Amino acid sequence: MDSVINNKKVTTPYEKVMLARSSDRRNISDYIEELFDDFVELHGDRLYRDDPAIVGGIAMLNGEPVTVIGHKKGHNFEDNIKCNFGMASPEGYRKAVRLMKQAEKFNRPVITLLDTPGAYPGLEAETNGQSNAIAESMALMSRLKVPVIAIVTGEGSSGGALALAVADSVWMLENSVYSILSPEGFASIMWKDAKKADMAAQVMKLTAHELKALGLIDGIIPEGDKCIKALSKMISTEIKRLRQFSSSALISGRYAKFRRYGNE
Amino acid sequence: MEIKDIFRQRKKRWNRIITVRRNINEEVECPKCHGLQNLGALKNNYYVCSSCGHYFPLKAHRRISMICDKGSFKELYGKLKAGNPLDFPDYEDKIEACCEKSGINEAVVTGTCKIEGKRTAIAVLDSSFLMGSMGTVVGEKIAKITEYAGKKKLPLIIFSASGGARMQEGLFSLMQMAKTSAAIEQFKSNGGLYISCMTHPTTGGVSASFASLGDIIIAEPGALLGFAGPRVIKQTIGEELPEGFQRSEFLLEHGMLDMIVERSNLRNMLSTLLTMNVGRK
Repeated sequence: MDSVINNKKVTTPYEKVMLARSSDRRNISDYIEELFDDFVELHGDRLYRDDPAIVGGIAMLNGEPVTVIGHKKGHNFEDNIKCNFGMASPEGYRKAVRLMKQAEKFNRPVITLLDTPGAYPGLEAETNGQSNAIAESMALMSRLKVPVIAIVTGEGSSGGALALAVADSVWMLENSVYSILSPEGFASIMWKDAKKADMAAQVMKLTAHELKALGLIDGIIPEGDKCIKALSKMISTEIKRLRQFSSSALISGRYAKFRRYGNE
Repeated sequence: MEIKDIFRQRKKRWNRIITVRRNINEEVECPKCHGLQNLGALKNNYYVCSSCGHYFPLKAHRRISMICDKGSFKELYGKLKAGNPLDFPDYEDKIEACCEKSGINEAVVTGTCKIEGKRTAIAVLDSSFLMGSMGTVVGEKIAKITEYAGKKKLPLIIFSASGGARMQEGLFSLMQMAKTSAAIEQFKSNGGLYISCMTHPTTGGVSASFASLGDIIIAEPGALLGFAGPRVIKQTIGEELPEGFQRSEFLLEHGMLDMIVERSNLRNMLSTLLTMNVGRK
């Protein structure tokens, strides 16, 4: 279960957080390159602008077209400035909504890749309705007539991640984290001290194995050499499985999946 | 009945007596202008400061008595209480203390009522209960009352007042955003009327889920409404925020609300909207 970074064993949840955030990890462009063929990127929300923190488009997977949407992080500071460190604005979520509606129209499965420290807490983002954009994205996803698969590839933090994760099947990479908020934010709210992030990560249960045990995700993808192969296999298998359901069965199944959290 | 329940009932009764006494004697200080006013006068003015217009936060049952026809409210799902899904340290004690203090079991009260004779489902969040935060029970009650409204073909009114998702329940809390949004979406797409009333404050995971999904969205004047809190935004952008940023009036100007309605006129407006939106069969 333990992973290795710089020849050091990763053991604590906070070390996992650091690993999940590492700029050496693959970003969405790398995954698209390695997992799919012929990616065509589509831009813009048709309302205001194109948000570079969200990448979306159409790609081929084993000869079948799929819609791919996810957060974009850079490998270095310059790239990160361009894509706002993966922190999306309302325009990003509205672009995602547009592309998901398009996917539904052409009966393409939707695959989302989550990697964000959270939705952007900025002046313009608030002015343009960050709350509304996130809420509308979740609402739309809950009723999409096509299969939806979400994969947390790095940092899946707060509503900014969940906005793209109302899916039939939710997976995490072995060293990714998925949480209500960053451990720093959590520590700052709970104990008024962002430096207690280490302690926060311990109690938050944000690692893939903890969340699998709690029943909040469907599966874990191993990292290392086998990662891409395992991801590709999982996506194909899941699409095939989900394609067996009628669109109404898909929607009611997805509704029931999220409905049961906290209902036990 | 457990012993602690007996004590709690006694305490509730005792609190009621104290409240009555307070009504007669006490002067209340406005947190904004620091002016003093008689509690009775404040109550007659819908808990709005008569000198500066400051809106005092309302407890859920007080809001219900202001909005609903007298004696028409019937509570549903009132017994649901939070578990501790992450085994978060001291969480049970915290919930217990909140229940004692507030006299309600969770940060939202749900049920049905009539507004000028028109029956509706209603949910009211209470910011005095752990900042009105949404954990599994708040999410569950919102989903349940929404499904109930759908089944009974009733309109749905939700009053929000919340700091966002509840930290102590971790990712389970976050999932309530998806759960409530899905429930509201299903309700709306089946023809249901959902009116969202945002009150001070509505931020984070509540703002970014059911509160923003109303067919009609109303806010009380001067309420803080937004996704991120002002402190976080200020830290992120490193500059002062403009005057009135994230307040109701600002959201109205930027197209995020249908209207701002004064507390004294809310019941009337809801009644009008319920009359105008009876299109569903």
